[in-house]
Amino acid sequence: MPDGTTPVLDVQDLKTVFRTRGGEVHAVNDVSFSLRKGELLGVVGESGSGKSVTMMSLLGLLPVPPAEIRGGRVMFDGQDLLQIPAKTLREVRGGKIGFVFQDPMTSLNPVFTVGYQIAEPLRKHMGLSKKAAAVRSRELLELVGIPDAEQRLLDYPHQFSGGMRQRVMIAIALACDPQVLIADEPTTALDVTIQAQILELMKELRDKLGMAVIWITHDLGVIAGIADRVMVMYGGQVVEHAPVHDLFSNPKHPYTTALLKTIPSIAGERAARLTVIDGQPPLVVGPPTACPFRDRCAQAMPVCATKVPSRYDVGDGHDAACFLVDPLEVAHAG
Amino acid sequence: MLDNPQKPLVSVRDLKMHFPIYAGLFRRRVGEVKAVDGISFDVMEGETLGLVGESGCGKSTAGRSVLRLYDITSGQIEIDGRQIGDTPQNQLRGMRPTMQMVFQDPQASLNPRMTVEAIIREPLDEHTTLTPTEKRDKVAELMDAVGLNRKFAGRYPHAFSGGQRQRIGIARALALNPKFIVCDEPIAALDVSIQAQVVNLLEDLQEKYGLTYLFISHDLSMVRHIATRVAVMYLGKVVELADRETLFADPQHPYTQALLSAVPEPDPSLARKTERIILQGDVPSPSKPPKGCNFCTRCPAAMDICKTGEPEYREIAPGRFAACHLHNPT
Repeated sequence: MPDGTTPVLDVQDLKTVFRTRGGEVHAVNDVSFSLRKGELLGVVGESGSGKSVTMMSLLGLLPVPPAEIRGGRVMFDGQDLLQIPAKTLREVRGGKIGFVFQDPMTSLNPVFTVGYQIAEPLRKHMGLSKKAAAVRSRELLELVGIPDAEQRLLDYPHQFSGGMRQRVMIAIALACDPQVLIADEPTTALDVTIQAQILELMKELRDKLGMAVIWITHDLGVIAGIADRVMVMYGGQVVEHAPVHDLFSNPKHPYTTALLKTIPSIAGERAARLTVIDGQPPLVVGPPTACPFRDRCAQAMPVCATKVPSRYDVGDGHDAACFLVDPLEVAHAG
Repeated sequence: MLDNPQKPLVSVRDLKMHFPIYAGLFRRRVGEVKAVDGISFDVMEGETLGLVGESGCGKSTAGRSVLRLYDITSGQIEIDGRQIGDTPQNQLRGMRPTMQMVFQDPQASLNPRMTVEAIIREPLDEHTTLTPTEKRDKVAELMDAVGLNRKFAGRYPHAFSGGQRQRIGIARALALNPKFIVCDEPIAALDVSIQAQVVNLLEDLQEKYGLTYLFISHDLSMVRHIATRVAVMYLGKVVELADRETLFADPQHPYTQALLSAVPEPDPSLARKTERIILQGDVPSPSKPPKGCNFCTRCPAAMDICKTGEPEYREIAPGRFAACHLHNPT
C-alpha cells in the first residue's frame, strides 16, 4: 500500500538508444517515473513501445553495444544505478531488486534442479550456508503456493507446468526479500485460469511483504485488477501516467482513450463494431522530433508535428504528454 | 436446434483425434494423447462458431481435424452436404476450395521466399484454369478486399507488419471463394490496437461473401464480440455450447463459470468488486485424463458421481448443450 513517503526507486529522463545498421533506434526517450514503497505500478504498451527496454536499461541488462544508455538517473537506495560499477550493480540485481521474466519456459535453466536455482541467489547475495539456503528455498516454494515443496525442490524445470514454473520464477525473485520486484509480462504466456491464480498470489505477496512492484503488461484488464498507478508507453515515451481509477474513468491522452475503446469487454454492452486505431505503431529511428502518436491520432493538430509534447500535469498525480492538455495550447486555442 | 430455421453447413459428430505415443527401444505404442475425444457440433450457414479453451484443450486440433488436415481417429464430418470424415487425402483435394484456413502465426504461415502476389495466387494456380491476366486481376481484387495496397504485390512478407501479414493470409484463404473458413487464433500474435482491425476485416468479409467461420481463440472477450454461438472445450471435450448471449450471461458448466470469471475486466472498479472463482491446480495431461468427468480434479462443485461416471453431452435447454452431472435429470 502506498504511504506517500520518499520513493524507493526514482527514474529521471532515462534515454536508451540502439545502434543498428538502419540508424539509431531511440527505444526509450526521457522516461521518468518513481515508485513508492508497497506500491504496484503498471506499465502498459504495445510491443515496441519501450516498456521492457526501460526496465532492462535501469538494471543494466541490455547488451552494450548495440544498446547505449544516453542519459538519465536511476536513484535506488541512495545510489545512481547507471553510475555504479558492474560488480555493485550485480549485488543489487537479484538481491534488492528482483526480476520476473515473461516466459517461464526459457528463463529457468533446464539442467539444474529448481532447488539449486532458488538457492543460488540466497547463497550469492545473502551468504547463506547450503543448509540454510535449502530451508529458505522450501519456505519460498511454500510461499508461492507449490504443494509438496520439500520434494519439488529436487525436481527439474521440465517437471513443472507453465504456471508452476512462473511461481518458481517468482520464488527466485523474492528470495532475497527485494524492495522492488520488476515483473515483465509475467502472465502473458499463461492461460487465463492460471493467470488468475498468479494475480491473486502477487496481490497477497505484495500485502504480506510490503515490496514495491512494477508490472509490465499489454493487457489493460490485468492492470485494472492489480495496479495502484499506471504508466502508458507509446513509441518509447510515457504518454500518460495516472492513478488506476483515474486512468480508466478519465483518460487524457488520445492513445489511451483509443486503447480503452478497442478492447471488447466481457461483461459490458457488446459493441456492434470494434473501434479501430488506424495505422501501425511507429519505429522510432532518430531522435524524436514530434508526437509519436500523431499519425494515428484523430485529434492531431499542426503543433503535434513540430515538437515533442512534454508531460503536462492535469492534477491529482495524473499527467499526459499531449498538446490537448498543454495549458499554453489550450489558452492559445481558446 | 428446434427454433432455428438455418441449416448447418458443417456438422461434426463424435470426432476423435488421438495421437499415438511411441516409446522404448522398439518404438512400441505405449499410449495415446486424446487431443480431441468425441466432440459434436454444428456450424450454421453464415454464422461464426467460437471455439474457446485454454492451451492444450484441443481446440486447434479440433479445427484442423474438421478440415481433415489430420487423418482423424473416428467420427463423422459433413461439410456442405458431403461426408469427408473418411475420404482419402487425394480425393479431398478437389473439395479444398470450399474450406480454407487462416493460421495463427502469419510469420510462419507465409513462405518468406514468395512475393505477396505469388502467395495469394498459389491456390488459383492449383485449383483453377484462369489465364495469367485473370489471375493477376483476381489477386489485385483480393488485395483490395483485405485492405492491402495493390502496389505492394511484388514485395515479400518480411516487408509487412504482423497485421498486414495476417491480411495476406486472409486474402489467400479467400482466393477460391470458400464457404467455410477455420480461423485458428488469427489475432493472438497481434498487438491490441491491430487485433481490432483484423476482427473488423473478418466481419466485413463475412457479410460481403456470406462466409461461415469456425473462430478458434483463447481470448474470451474477442470471441464474445465476433461469435454467434460459442463452444467451450476442456481437455479434448466440448463441455458447453450455447449462443453468445446466454453463454456469457448465464454459464451452466462450472468450468465455463470459472473461465469467464478469470478474464480480467478492463475496469478497475468492476475488477476489484467481482468475486473470482480461482481454480486450483493445472489441466491434467490429455494422455492420462482422469476417471469420470475430465474436469473433476479442479471442479469446485465436484460430486462423487463425477469421479466415476463420465457426464453425457446433452441438450439441457433448447440450443444449449452441456456435459455436466449437475445438469443431469436423474
